Amino acid sequence: MTTIMMTKAAHKTDVIIIGAGPCGLFAVFELGLLGLSAHLVDILDKPGGQCAELYPEKPIYDIPAWPVISGQDLTDRLMEQIAPFSPQFHFGELAESLIKTPEGLWRITTDAGTSIEAPVIVIAAGGGSFMPKKPPLDGIEAYENESVFYAVRKIESFRGKRVVIAGGGDSALDWTLNLQPVAERVTLVHHRDGFRAAPHSVARMKQMAADGLIDFVVGKLDGLAGQAPTLSGVTVTAADGQRTLPAERFLCFFGLTMKLGPIAEFGLNFSENLIPVDTEKFETSVPGIFAIGDINHYPGKLKLILSGFHEAALMSQAAFQICRPGERLRFQYTTSSTQLQQRLKVA
Amino acid sequence: MKIHVTDHDGAEHELDALPGWRVMEIIRDWELPIKAECGGACACATCHVYVNEDWLDRLPELSDEELDQLAVLKDRRANSRLSCQVLMSEELDGIKVALAPASRP
Repeated sequence: MTTIMMTKAAHKTDVIIIGAGPCGLFAVFELGLLGLSAHLVDILDKPGGQCAELYPEKPIYDIPAWPVISGQDLTDRLMEQIAPFSPQFHFGELAESLIKTPEGLWRITTDAGTSIEAPVIVIAAGGGSFMPKKPPLDGIEAYENESVFYAVRKIESFRGKRVVIAGGGDSALDWTLNLQPVAERVTLVHHRDGFRAAPHSVARMKQMAADGLIDFVVGKLDGLAGQAPTLSGVTVTAADGQRTLPAERFLCFFGLTMKLGPIAEFGLNFSENLIPVDTEKFETSVPGIFAIGDINHYPGKLKLILSGFHEAALMSQAAFQICRPGERLRFQYTTSSTQLQQRLKVA
Repeated sequence: MKIHVTDHDGAEHELDALPGWRVMEIIRDWELPIKAECGGACACATCHVYVNEDWLDRLPELSDEELDQLAVLKDRRANSRLSCQVLMSEELDGIKVALAPASRP
């Protein structure tokens, strides 16, 4: 195992950003203006962090020059703004370990075995890593990764199985539709006959249920049956009483919640799950490691997106000094500097 | 205008409240421990509270969004609400809530 991981060559870059939320994305911009390249690692499968995951449709009113913008639109605009700097994204990966290499670089390794090396680390992890919310069923942990899953990583492991899917959002609907041709039988369970999902997915699911291709049960989850980790069924209470739906696989899509995760083990100081930083560079207790956005703390800190943007700009100045020792950093404006405009690919 | 909050350790707090504020915002403003990670978007259920029975009838109706969040809570009770979905008004002056386990930071 270790040998396989070691043979994968490490990516090299100037800055590794943990977290692709608004602050991580804007950090790419500020670093890019200074000629610094960046890789970003995010456990989500898309950019935007909380903005994209928790409130993509909700309006935000305190972004400068945007009287109102949704979480998703803000994310899309940031992606457009940083495109000239060609950041490398590692989505769906958890930054698992941080070590210092013999050459004096930081090396981040993810749970997918990706290694990235850089002189500077920026932690822009917001409230931490998004982890699946678990259903309130006793003993569910004993079935996890064997017969109970919170994401589909390998469709093949559902082939020929009876699958119960719980949830009322797009993930639950999409996987009901996608696994139907593969699984022996798919049963979707939701506590009400209403969904927060794309209307066409809901319509397709309803049609499949009407055609007898899948089952849809309005009910409450009660428990799991079978000798863990082998699942034999999922017990639910529906309008007509309690019953056990036979199943070898249970997929649960109850949304995500944030947990600090492995960054707690990176050797940084933490104070109540926040990382103390200075307000000149937004550097942590460890030189070369910075923290910006919701995850940091300093006197007067406001957890606002605009604060994170400011922090990204100042952090970048300090990151330059580390990445380009001895080079002089010139302060320039994007309106007038040819060099900046070339970096922005507009000149 | 006041709200009464029992924290996770059972201690009681009387907090000054303002009309139009969400109960979650008041609790956070007075720096009682409440996770409220989505900041009031009804997207996380980490501002879960139990509302004193005497006040239940006066609360706004549950939206489908709030029901979806409550449905997945381990410690849900009949008087469970998300405190970000309860806006203070004259008729809620004096409301009593207790912080539920899911709201612990």
